[in-house]
Formats: sequence, C-alpha cells, structure tokens
Amino acid sequence: MSQKPEKLIDKKGLRLDGRKPDELRPIKIEVGVLSNADGSAYIEQGKNKILAAVFGPKEMHPKHLALPDRMVLRCRYHMAPFSVQERKSPAPSRREIELSKVIRESLEPSVFIEYYPRTGIDIFIEVLQADGSTRCASITAASVAMADAGIPMRDLVVACSAGKVDDAIVIDLMDTEDKQGSADVPVALMPNQNAITLLQMDGNLTLEEFEKALNLTLEGCRKIYAMQKEALKAKYVSVKEVEE
Amino acid sequence: MASVITRVKQKQIVQLIAKGKRLDGRGLTDYREIKVEQGTIERAEGSARVLLGRTEVLVGTKIEIGQPFPDTPNEGVLTVNAELVPLASSTFEPGPPDENSIEIARVVDRGIRESKAIDLEKLCIEPGKKVFVVFVDVYVLNHDGNLIDASALAALAALLNTKMSNYEIEEGEVKIKPGHTSLPMRRHPITVTFAKINDKLIVDPWLEEEQIMDARLSMAIDDDGNICAIQKGGSGYFAPEQVLEAAKIAREKAEEMHKKLEL
Repeated sequence: MSQKPEKLIDKKGLRLDGRKPDELRPIKIEVGVLSNADGSAYIEQGKNKILAAVFGPKEMHPKHLALPDRMVLRCRYHMAPFSVQERKSPAPSRREIELSKVIRESLEPSVFIEYYPRTGIDIFIEVLQADGSTRCASITAASVAMADAGIPMRDLVVACSAGKVDDAIVIDLMDTEDKQGSADVPVALMPNQNAITLLQMDGNLTLEEFEKALNLTLEGCRKIYAMQKEALKAKYVSVKEVEE
Repeated sequence: MASVITRVKQKQIVQLIAKGKRLDGRGLTDYREIKVEQGTIERAEGSARVLLGRTEVLVGTKIEIGQPFPDTPNEGVLTVNAELVPLASSTFEPGPPDENSIEIARVVDRGIRESKAIDLEKLCIEPGKKVFVVFVDVYVLNHDGNLIDASALAALAALLNTKMSNYEIEEGEVKIKPGHTSLPMRRHPITVTFAKINDKLIVDPWLEEEQIMDARLSMAIDDDGNICAIQKGGSGYFAPEQVLEAAKIAREKAEEMHKKLEL
C-alpha cells in the first residue's frame, strides 16, 4: 500500500505531479496497433496504458441476440491482473461489469446503428496499467478504434474527468487524487453535438462545484478531441502519401 | 429490460410530455405516490418495503462480524446487492446478477457511501481485525419503472430501521449482550431519477416511459442539498444545460422528500 500524502496540492497551487488544476496529463494516442482487429487504438494518459480493439460489424453470435432493425454493440472493459498495485483477479468484477455497461452506453449514441441491421460489433478494452480515470481514457481510445474500423459515426466520443482535491476543482484525476480526493466526475462528450454520453459522479459537491467540474471536463474533452483527430490523421495521411 | 409498447401509445406519451403532461396525470417533475413501511421482515436486522406507484422494492439488512478492508482498518464494511427477482417482471430471468442489477446495487451503494450516511467508524470492533459488516439486500418485487429511486429509498429506510445487537469484548472474543442499538446513521441521501423523452426531462419515469426514453440520469442528494452520486444510463445523451437543470430539480425534489418523510 502506498503512503498517504498529507497534501494533494502544494502552496503554489500545484498538484503531486506538478500539474496546474486545469492541466491534463501528457496523452499519447496511437491508431491501428493490432493487426487482427478491424480497428484498434492505444492510449497513454499519465501512467495509464490502455488498448482498445473493435471487431465488426459482423454476424451476431449467438444469433438470437441479433436485432432486426439495428446493430448490437457489445463492450468489455477489463483490467489486467498486473495493472494495479495489488493483483486483481482476472475474473470480471462488479465494477468492471458496470463500467462495461456505461462505456457501451457512452459509445452507442455516436454510431449509426440503424445502418447495420442484424449485425454486432465487439469492443474490447484492456487496461494494462491503471492510474486513475481509466474509464475516460478507455472511451477516448475505444472511439478512435471504432473510427479506425471504419464504422460510420456522428462524431468521436471523448472523455475526461474532473474532481475535488483539497477543496480545489481539478481536471484529469490521477490514481492518488481519485482515491484521496473528495469527488470524481467522469464525463464523455460528442463535441460536435455538445452531447454528454457518459456522466457519473461520486463524492460530495455543491451545485456550484459540480457546475465548475462539469465545465472543466468539457474543456478537457475538447482538448483531447483534437488529439484523437491528430492520431487518426497521422495514420491515414501517411497511407495517402505512399499512394502518391 | 424491454417489452412491447405500441407505437400509438409511444406517440401519445411523447405528445403529452411536449404539452407538459403525462399519461397518468402527473406533472413532469412529480413523483408517483410513495409508501414506506419499515420492519416488514422480523428476521432481518432492518427492513423496509417501498411502493413507488406500482413499483415495489423490499430491502433487508443483515449484520455480521467480518474483516475490514486493508485501506480502511478503522471502518465497518457496507455491502449492497440487488436482485431482480423473476416474479417482478417477465423480463427478469433467474441466474447470477446481470449488468442491470449490478448497476442498481452500485448506484444505491454509491449514494449511501459517498454521502457518508452510515458512520462506519462506529462499526469498528478491533481496528484492522474485526468490524461489523452491513449487508443491504435489495429485492425488487414488482417492476413498474424507476427501480433506482425505489431501491435507494428502501435501502435508506431499511438502514434507519436497522438494530444491532449490543456486544462486549471478552478476551478478544465478541460476546453478544441483551438489547439493541440503532445503526449509527448520520445522513439521508435521496436519489432522484430523470428520463429524457423527446428532449424533455421527466422525474420518476414509470415502465412505459422508461421503454421509450432516450437516456436516464440519477442523482443522489444529501441533507445539505449537495450532490453525492450521479449515474447516466441508457444509450442516449444529455446536453450540459440539461444536466445542470436536472441537478437543480433533483435538489428541490430531495428537499421535498426529506420534509415529507421527516428525515
């Protein structure tokens, strides 16, 4: 078990890793990192290391789960046993089952599911190393992987968290801040539609604090959105150059 | 949790909501009639049955002695579980908890835990070794929509009704003494759930409204009007302004409920 730090924010208003309250951790997104998947992405956000893969659209299996008028999305969020301090059993925990559900529901509004009746897509998310706000980084990566798979979407979905630590509202919580802080608000957004597709909270916030946290996450989402697009361009623009 | 609802009725519900009305005569932010009955099950340490319209939820609590979590050695343990009992709806199937029941359990758990409703430190017997474990089992008996609010309210009522045996420690062993004490309760979180139908927010959706809603939003509010838990569900979305509007309504509704239930 790690030592509990006394203060999460120092006198200068900086956080444990030297960030300002509204500063994101360094983010790296790579597209098409797995050869067997139809689409894939890898994200590093701080010490988070997460892989997302998309298979489909393909025939639904088992068949009775297929829907006559639309595609079915399935999502599995899973943490590797070595991704956290104390080994996590590889069997899906209740937390992972809930997160799989909310992540699926955060991605579904972005997909034109009615274009692919009777089919399904599988989204697999593996958290290789966790460092707080993994559900947000997972959504960011999974949406890029879906774009890489060529699935028609209204917009990319991008996610970012905010929270309260030592009475300050800060963006993009890392593990210690999540555990020792007094609130965590993960949000997913489709920036072009201004549509919030995931919203959760735990902790204790006044209405004003909540509004501030929500606005911080929306700002963060827009910054990460630009990185998602850059990552996609980086893959597909280079393909174009080869053709010329 | 889908079953059939006719297009005609769908349209009717949507058109009424656009006019600020609902099929059962309620306003958009009205709850159905709420009935709370405590102490229904004598064998349980605490219990409560909540009727929210025709939605019926029974919660029983049990207290056992167990080990604390290593990161909170001085605190008792709270465990919430939810069962969507097959007799409550033709869409519920027997078997291990599915994602819907896990979600209900975790949302109820978050409301109680994050509002610090139970003074868990008072449930510590021997730091790091022995604590009381509070089991909250949510039993959905009839599903007519908004299981989250009904379950959260029933869980709170059952906890308020919970009696613990008195005890003393003799040579490191816990000995039960005659008499009972109430569970140390500090806060009373109220969960308020919204459905978004055709871009309008409605409070306490019943089954048919849930079947046609785009998305769902639940907020747990504590005695001070602060937000302690939020969960968005369903495959739709909310605009940021809608979320803030919901938070304001949730605060009003929770205040009303605190007064009405004399919490």
